[in-house]
Amino acid sequence: MPERHVRVASGSGLHARPAALLVRAAGRAPVPVTIARTGGDPVDARSILAVLGLGACHGDEVVLAADGDGAQAVIDELAALLSRDLDVDPAGS
Amino acid sequence: MPEELHGLGVSPGTASGPVARLGLPPRPPAGERPGPDPAVQAGRVANALERVAASLEERAGRAGGEASAVLEATAMMARDPGLLAAVRARLDAGSPTAAGLDAAVEEFCATLESCGGHLAERVADLHDVRDRALAILLGEPMPGVPRPGHPFVLVARDLAPADTATLDPGEVLAVVTEAGGPTGHTAVLARGLGIPAVVRCPGAAGLVDGRPVLVDGTGGSVVVDPDGQALVRAADRARARALALDPAGGPGATLDGTPVALLVNIATVDDARRAAAVDCEGVGLFRTEGLYLGRRTAPGVEEQADAYREVFATFAGRRIVVRTLDAGADKPLAFVDHGHEENPALGVRGLRVARHRPDLLEGQLRALGLAAAATGADVRVMAPMVSTPAEAAHFAALARRHGLPAVGAMIEVPAAALRAERVLAEVDFASIGTNDLGQYTFAADRTQGDLADLLDPWQPALLDLVAAVGEAGSATGTPVGVCGDAAGDPLLACVLVGLGARSLSTAPGLVGAVRTVLGAHTLPRCEEMARSARAAPDAAGARAAAAALAEDRVTSLL
Repeated sequence: MPERHVRVASGSGLHARPAALLVRAAGRAPVPVTIARTGGDPVDARSILAVLGLGACHGDEVVLAADGDGAQAVIDELAALLSRDLDVDPAGS
Repeated sequence: MPEELHGLGVSPGTASGPVARLGLPPRPPAGERPGPDPAVQAGRVANALERVAASLEERAGRAGGEASAVLEATAMMARDPGLLAAVRARLDAGSPTAAGLDAAVEEFCATLESCGGHLAERVADLHDVRDRALAILLGEPMPGVPRPGHPFVLVARDLAPADTATLDPGEVLAVVTEAGGPTGHTAVLARGLGIPAVVRCPGAAGLVDGRPVLVDGTGGSVVVDPDGQALVRAADRARARALALDPAGGPGATLDGTPVALLVNIATVDDARRAAAVDCEGVGLFRTEGLYLGRRTAPGVEEQADAYREVFATFAGRRIVVRTLDAGADKPLAFVDHGHEENPALGVRGLRVARHRPDLLEGQLRALGLAAAATGADVRVMAPMVSTPAEAAHFAALARRHGLPAVGAMIEVPAAALRAERVLAEVDFASIGTNDLGQYTFAADRTQGDLADLLDPWQPALLDLVAAVGEAGSATGTPVGVCGDAAGDPLLACVLVGLGARSLSTAPGLVGAVRTVLGAHTLPRCEEMARSARAAPDAAGARAAAAALAEDRVTSLL
């Protein structure tokens, strides 16, 4: 099962706006995605409550995992999202 | 003897009527039995949560700005698949429906609470989702402001912005809360609507629906089951007050004819529409943050100009003072990276944002220039958080380049007040923001209820700084005004005029009282009140000294 380790780049951690952006993106994905603190239990990345409950702060490492068609692409997309500072305007638009 | 409760009077006036409490959140019924089929019950819960999410999104659409972002995030919680799965697991294990939802929510709340910080604040949002969904499941009234069908005294532990958004000033006679503080949300709202309010009244916890009370928003008392005599006295006083505070209207002035422009504070286009009906000389503080908060990107110049045009058109022929963007780490903008700040109030806020993002200020000034040219209002702009003469000069040059002829500086940093003459020499007018000036003078966080005594606008040290700015105004021929809570206290308004203020900007509901009280005192009397207040050892002494010099016939009504 494809998985990727990534550090949370957002200054405020995986809270509020960055968490909401991740959950929205995971909700659009064709396959279920999980997210976990390194060494912790994976939770549903489409659940805002579960993602907030990770309590991941700026610089913490998390693990994204998914299975099925397109899983790798989804994980890459979400990993890219988490490695940006989402408190700042995304994509500079 | 009727029982008397005590709190903090934060919005003047008296009113009596029956209590109606803020809707209590519904609870799962005691002895609730499991529903017939877990799958069907899960469907009922999903349906209730979906309705909650939809109504939150609908409110988000109406709210705009920061409130909108919070409501949208809360809607996301209501649609959370993890929450639904947790409820389903409990239903499958034989839990009754409402209790299952309640327990699942509590489990998530416990997790969020254990994370602390910002996440602990989300617990209140999640509880709100739970309460609304339970009300739907159980067929109970929605928690929130009651609608008893007759005027009432609203009693609550505390009021959230979401509660007050739906408050009908025609129905609410007075507000009493157990929590809250003098600068809190409830106080600001009640003053704006001209409704008497008492906050920090722990005894209010015992008040039940229908109980008659007499609320004194000036003295901070709440009489339970008032007797006929007390009601007659209060009604007489209220009538006299209404009579006195329903003034001839027109421009503000002291008894001997010194003009003092009476202006109002607004923050949104809706505020502007409501305030336009108030007998006032214009807007003394138009806060423009509402246009930016909750936005992912800066609004374009045209979009801004449209909003400003709408506000300016409402005040055609009158003065309107616009404060440029006052964002900072306490009111963060998604498109400005403030980074982490240990002391947001001392960080990159107000005019300081332009150090890193000059484009934001330029865009705003361009939009203001376009809108001003297109409408007949007397538009003036001022910068928040000016600290040095150089900052004032820079802002003035920039604003004038965009065709804005009247440029001002907010005086809310002590450094600017201490060197007011040099700051004022660079601009056309100055406006003192007493709330922030108090916070910075006393090194006392405005959001700290425990420091309310230091933040009292009657503090003589604060009055000293206002006096310094007033003197600089006379020396340079630059008009000085006050926009801040201090301007809305009629007695303090006289003192501020005595210190040199020639415009006062307040919540719309306070203009009448300020006009009446000011009109009963001559300028020399105001100056005498100011001298006595500054000579006092503390805030209470300053107030007493000013009150001793005020006209009894007017102050007895306050």
